[in-house]
Amino acid sequence: MSTTAARHYQSSSAAFVGGVKAAFSTVFVLVMTGTFIGIGALAHGYGFSASWLTVSTVVVWAGPAQIILIAALGSGGSMIEAAIAVTLSGVRLFPMVVSVLPLLRGKGTRTVDLLLPSHFMAVTTWMESLRLLPHLPRDERIPFCNGMGSGYMATSVVAGLVGFYLAASLPPLFAGGLLFITPMAFLCMTTRGARALLQRLALVLGLAIEPILMHFHVGLDLMWTGVGAGSFAYLVHRIREASR
Amino acid sequence: MNPALNDLWPYLVLVLVGFLPNEVWRALGLVLARGLNEQSEIVVWSRAVATAILAGVIAKLIVFASGDLANIPLALRVGAAACGFVAFLAVKRSVFVGVAVGEAVLIAGGFWLMH
Repeated sequence: MSTTAARHYQSSSAAFVGGVKAAFSTVFVLVMTGTFIGIGALAHGYGFSASWLTVSTVVVWAGPAQIILIAALGSGGSMIEAAIAVTLSGVRLFPMVVSVLPLLRGKGTRTVDLLLPSHFMAVTTWMESLRLLPHLPRDERIPFCNGMGSGYMATSVVAGLVGFYLAASLPPLFAGGLLFITPMAFLCMTTRGARALLQRLALVLGLAIEPILMHFHVGLDLMWTGVGAGSFAYLVHRIREASR
Repeated sequence: MNPALNDLWPYLVLVLVGFLPNEVWRALGLVLARGLNEQSEIVVWSRAVATAILAGVIAKLIVFASGDLANIPLALRVGAAACGFVAFLAVKRSVFVGVAVGEAVLIAGGFWLMH
């Protein structure tokens, strides 16, 4: 890990602006725009308001959790079930925060200064933080990270609203197409993120089990899909490791 | 229920069911930044569970679609997802290509069925 700066900002506000620019200079901003147009359309489809959508983007700030929340609450599931599914999907934020904090924390860093960067941690900001932060001097990393998070969040809020109002005004076939963006994009992104056999198995089993549970009207279907398919995949992974 | 509470209820649900269950992991990460690493078994297991939940949501959104997507036949939705997925695998694992092909098949199929 290097503390020498490849690029040096004059002030922390300049580092913040640098972070915003970094957010807009990668392909991720396009992926995020498409994803949140889909999420906006989804919120509209399930009868949520535009302001609820916006607040949920800002406070949840994790695409999968937000989709789970909208789909679980919108399809009439119980609050407990939605909360369990959201918290199980949020577990992955834990290792992300744990792995990025050593990059952000300096000698005089107060925990309160790390609250905002921690909230911004989601798949994209995490990957970009690990890639970009090591090139910056330590005192510029937190404002840079906040700038990057703000850039992505602003993009997502606007894209969400675009999707919401497009879904309300487009002909039904195209509005249906908007609702298709989210599952299609997440199918591809999850596959891309699943490099190990364990993740791939969990993905395939999850895809197969959920429709069966839904068909038989099993309650807490997302939770059982997650714990069942995830644990089975984990078991196969452990047996395979042990027999090596 | 009084009207003010009625208006605030969805936001209360959002905080209780969306914000808190999700944010608790960021807070825990912040508090326990040392100690656990990415290879620890509980982290490996929880990531598998998270992946399976996400897969479940994807299946739910396609198979038990909502809104205007529900008016497009199931076979076409699943077929379009399969085409998009194959295109994604075939063209350098590009998410953009996957979504574009999936959407094209879905919309074209929808038009064909309507006319």
